[in-house]
Amino acid sequence: MTRFVVRRIGQMLVVLFAVTVLTFLIFNVIPGGDPALRMAGRQPDPGQLEIIRHQWGFDEPVYVQYEKTMEKIFTGDLISYTTQQDVMDEIWSRVPRTFALAIGAAILWMVFAIALGVFTAIRAGQFSDRFLTVLALIGISMPVFWIGALMNYYIGFKWGILPNGGYVEFTDDPWEWFKHLLMPWAALSILFIGVYSRILRSNVLDTMNDDFVRTARAKGLSERQVFLRHVLRNSLIPIVTLWGLDFGAVLGGGAILTETVFDLQGVGQYAAESVDQLDVPPVLAITMFGAFFIVLLNTVVDIMYAALDPRIRLN
Amino acid sequence: MSESSQSNGKPLIDVEHLKQYFRVRSGVFVNRTVGFVHAVDDVTFTLTEGETLGLVGESGCGKTTLARTIMRLLDPSEGTIRFRGEDISDIGQRKLRPLRKDMQLVFQDPFASLNPRKRVAQIIGGPLKLHGHDDVGPRVRELLERVGLAAEHANRYPHEFSGGQRQRIGIARALALEPRLILLDEPVSALDVSVQAQIINLLDDLQDDFGLTYMFVAHDLSVVRHVSDQIAVMYLGKIVELAPAEELYTKPIMPYTEALLAAIPIPDPKRNRERERIVLEGEPPNPINPPSGCRFHPRCPRATDICKDVEPPLAEYANGHLAACHHPQNVSAEEIKAAGKSPASPLSAGDELPQP
Amino acid sequence: MASLLEVDDLHVSFATEDGLVRAVDGISLSLDPGEIVAVVGESGSGKSVTALTLMGLTRGPNVSFGGSIEYKGEDLLDAADERLRRVRGAEIAMIFQDPMTSLNPVMRVGDQIAEQILAHEHVPKDEAAARAVEMLERVGIPRARDRASNYPHEFSGGMRQRVVIAMALSCDPSVLIADEPSTALDVTIQAQILERLRELRQTENAAIILVTHDLGVVADIADRVLVMYAGRIVEQGTLDEVFYNPQHPYTWGLLGSITRLDIPPPPRLPSISGAPPSLAARPEGCHFRPRCPHEFDKCTEDPPLEPRAGDSKTHCDRCWLSPEDKRARRYVSEDQIGLEAKGAIV
Repeated sequence: MTRFVVRRIGQMLVVLFAVTVLTFLIFNVIPGGDPALRMAGRQPDPGQLEIIRHQWGFDEPVYVQYEKTMEKIFTGDLISYTTQQDVMDEIWSRVPRTFALAIGAAILWMVFAIALGVFTAIRAGQFSDRFLTVLALIGISMPVFWIGALMNYYIGFKWGILPNGGYVEFTDDPWEWFKHLLMPWAALSILFIGVYSRILRSNVLDTMNDDFVRTARAKGLSERQVFLRHVLRNSLIPIVTLWGLDFGAVLGGGAILTETVFDLQGVGQYAAESVDQLDVPPVLAITMFGAFFIVLLNTVVDIMYAALDPRIRLN
Repeated sequence: MSESSQSNGKPLIDVEHLKQYFRVRSGVFVNRTVGFVHAVDDVTFTLTEGETLGLVGESGCGKTTLARTIMRLLDPSEGTIRFRGEDISDIGQRKLRPLRKDMQLVFQDPFASLNPRKRVAQIIGGPLKLHGHDDVGPRVRELLERVGLAAEHANRYPHEFSGGQRQRIGIARALALEPRLILLDEPVSALDVSVQAQIINLLDDLQDDFGLTYMFVAHDLSVVRHVSDQIAVMYLGKIVELAPAEELYTKPIMPYTEALLAAIPIPDPKRNRERERIVLEGEPPNPINPPSGCRFHPRCPRATDICKDVEPPLAEYANGHLAACHHPQNVSAEEIKAAGKSPASPLSAGDELPQP
Repeated sequence: MASLLEVDDLHVSFATEDGLVRAVDGISLSLDPGEIVAVVGESGSGKSVTALTLMGLTRGPNVSFGGSIEYKGEDLLDAADERLRRVRGAEIAMIFQDPMTSLNPVMRVGDQIAEQILAHEHVPKDEAAARAVEMLERVGIPRARDRASNYPHEFSGGMRQRVVIAMALSCDPSVLIADEPSTALDVTIQAQILERLRELRQTENAAIILVTHDLGVVADIADRVLVMYAGRIVEQGTLDEVFYNPQHPYTWGLLGSITRLDIPPPPRLPSISGAPPSLAARPEGCHFRPRCPHEFDKCTEDPPLEPRAGDSKTHCDRCWLSPEDKRARRYVSEDQIGLEAKGAIV
């Protein structure tokens, strides 16, 4: 087990390194990416540009710049090119919002996906199954920004049932916090519920035909025991691991569209804004942040999988 | 088949001290090799053109690995494989390609070995197209009829056929390129008894018609009896007995062979009641750490101290009958004295021939 | 005195797209303690459906039944689901063909056995667990206490099948149904499993129904034999009767196609030509007629299952040929089993 963890930490470092190097290089190559130009404001004269470049170290070789920027990430001195604010502070202040969105949505989509998947599997072939399948497919097909915008407009703006975007700190007003997150949670979950319930349905139907389920019935277990302990347990394993991966992505700021549509001012939205302004330091930091969570959850998922399915060894 | 095999006496496959070891890896960052699975551990035999070699053993004895290594689906760890005199042990893929049509494989599971998404015509015609034939239609129809199916079956999918029929399709596919050698890996185990008989008869006929050479892998000595000229018994990667077919059944020398024979139920109630039941207990041990000396000694009813310490060499008895055992059965004292050490004996075995 | 298990004219039919499939078309059998009854047939003969129906495992919306199944005098065919559930596993237990797939791969072996005990008896969990270990010991698994916490994939094929047997016996059933218990295993392991079944009959007076296509296995342990073809019994009798005085051409075919080690091999393996009929559309009259080389005009009339051989009232068959004709056509000699291997019999 220790060997496995050590190996994974090693892999994580390699991934983080690669990701940051790539990001840095990309931004250095993009045209119009010269930050000095934007910092200088309108009609800068060359002399000013030189000063700015020197101050910020833009005249140094690329690898030196990279090294220095990475250092700053860890010492907490990273400054945004556009806002001149401390990047790390900004990220930490936005993390609770992203986490609230991610964790809430993940729980919501898992609960509904399991319920829907099991229900349609049990009623396979009947009208309710077909109807819900169509709904699931619609859910998968709707882009989150579209459904989010629609929800925001009608439920938020026109009918005023729920707040029209924005975020309220939990510590300030828990009820408002909750109301502000309901639509983002729903919008983000719809896609996942559609996909996961279909997968679960298919797994359950396959497993019901497996030999060991027949053995379980032959042992004299009740239908419910057979379903819960034998069918469902085996069918859920792949779902749980998929869930871990998607959860990791969303936790790391991957729900960019949802955050932006509902103006939650989370980490993902920050990333979107920074990319828009070609502001390298926040992008770099958030990329690392996201990569970290993806690798972390990947590892957790592998461990979970081995724990749930004894045929899998970690090595 | 024993009586009318068209053998011209030339060796088709020649295997010498062949070994196939699989690595067991472990490690933190870099996988280091911590052990080997001795799947095939020094095997030597010759397969003559037109003949059938039956290869029998329990699960895990290495028979399937041996078959795959001979076909060069796996690269041998050590040793030599010769095909019609030419050394094919480590020639590259490019040189192997033309030889592939001479060696074909028929698999065990008729349900899993045919691609369910392809029609029969594609399954049988595929290998032909791969080797450059253009108009495969007539040939496919001819093959289908040869194996006892109808030409119109070419348009159907595998799931529309029964187990026995699917196995016929597999055989047709193997025959498509007119191979010299067909390796059959438990081709009838998954079939009903009366269908087994049909397929074995078919294989027999095909061998006579096309002068084929077969290597027939099975876990059951009764199945190979009808088709084999020679039978080899394997245990944990080694050949422990090799004999002309009938002789193996009438004069088994090694206790393991005796036990295998005893395990087969005789469909004769009176004889069953009368005969002595030797039920071989236990299971074949782990091929990563095989037992010392004679590998069968932990399960052998006649094992003594020497069996634990010294690996018996393959001794050659009369009639080309080889057996590796310190306490041979069913042989007279003169036969034991006359027996010499066979060149097929594994290099790790000693020179200690059994004493009368 | 009524038998332990009494099946009378059982019919099981499935409504499918291809029509009504009569999987079991009038089977009667009886079973008493201390007996092993073999139900022999090939794929599609209806033998597995018969076995599953005895346990009530074939119930479904498209299935219809006829006849009766009486266990200790109680009707099981029409019994309530809950009653059947209590019978399954506790009174009548079943072991299946492939030990690789018939155990839950993510549950410990000891837990799977304990689960069955707990489903039928009100005992505390640790007692069930202790009994599970005991069962594993009884079937000859070494270090049973440790191995009870292993998963199925950590056992070899033969050991897994023993676990399956241990599980089936855990609630002390009166009837054990074994559906091809050794077909997927090596012949040496098969011998061990058959030995276990023999022991069960000896020491526990077990009543076993053995479903198989392998006549060698039947000759090894069965007391009585029922030969099934296309959903019906075509011959039945004691082991010696069926093997030494077989009456039905299908039985001859089955006996003939076994490769035997105790006699010299025939030049050609006798086999039955053709294939079993589709259970949705069976031929008129005797169902074996299309494949039978001995058929004659009377065969268009469906032969009833009756004792014709003249040796005992319990040896019945479905063939119109006279006993003399049968003897002539099957090449039997005194001391030898049903068929002499002299070329194709059928």
